[in-house]
Amino acid sequence: MKIRLSFIFILTLAVFILLVLFKSLFENKIYVPEKINNKIENISIREFYSDNDLELKNLFNNNKFILINIWASWCLPCRQEHEHLIELSNANNLTIVGINYKDKKNNAQKFINELGNPYDIILKDVDGTKSIFLGAYGVPETFIIDNELNVLKKYIGPINKENIIEIKTVIK
Amino acid sequence: MKKKLIKFIFFLSILNIVNLNISFADTSKVDEISKNLRCLICQGQSIYDSNSDFALSVKTLISEKLALGNTDDDIYNFLKSKYGEWIVYEPEFNKYTLLLWILPLFLFIFGGFLIVRKVFISRF
Repeated sequence: MKIRLSFIFILTLAVFILLVLFKSLFENKIYVPEKINNKIENISIREFYSDNDLELKNLFNNNKFILINIWASWCLPCRQEHEHLIELSNANNLTIVGINYKDKKNNAQKFINELGNPYDIILKDVDGTKSIFLGAYGVPETFIIDNELNVLKKYIGPINKENIIEIKTVIK
Repeated sequence: MKKKLIKFIFFLSILNIVNLNISFADTSKVDEISKNLRCLICQGQSIYDSNSDFALSVKTLISEKLALGNTDDDIYNFLKSKYGEWIVYEPEFNKYTLLLWILPLFLFIFGGFLIVRKVFISRF
């Protein structure tokens, strides 16, 4: 009787753990922090093609908002979110800035050639230190900032369809 | 000619030793600071312990800031402004962390009191 009870207990526990793990497979991989740093610094980042240093404030091109997307050719989730960035590239009022993170120039160029270029400007963060100035954790990561450099939204992980709808509402 | 060559090699080796010492000094300072920082994307590792891209970038940034003449506190404050208090292992003493600092002390005194009481009662 005692053995049977402990067997039932272990079996229930195992089923419970398996259920939790199974459910987590379908969980959303993106994290949207509720509390974000209000403002980012007007830092200079090197341009991908010309090697000129560009200040963030000078990237707005008469648009009210900038979407900063940190990406790399070696990052698989970046491929996953790329189609959504292409979709956003038609949006008004928005400059899309890509920051190529710790990548090889050739590979980054191949990535863009293969999947399309949603970016108005591409910058590069060769050693990852510029991303720290933005308060980023890695790739992919996406920020929406206004022309006062206030961070309106921050997405840690690949952005999805729902996020695109949200971004379009923010930049209206 | 031979003497000149020997002198030249000797000069180069001194330069190399000086250079090595400088880089060792820098590395040890970076290590010291990075041991006090939490790797935010790793499980229970410090920036010093981790080889993740995030940790490596933070280490590079620390050495860059040290080269610019920033102090330890400048670097901690900079990283706290970007990632919050959580990035440093030792939290600041403020109204939000009051309980964190006071509670262990309180438990220590309370536990001590219980032990003393138990010993006292059992003896007398």
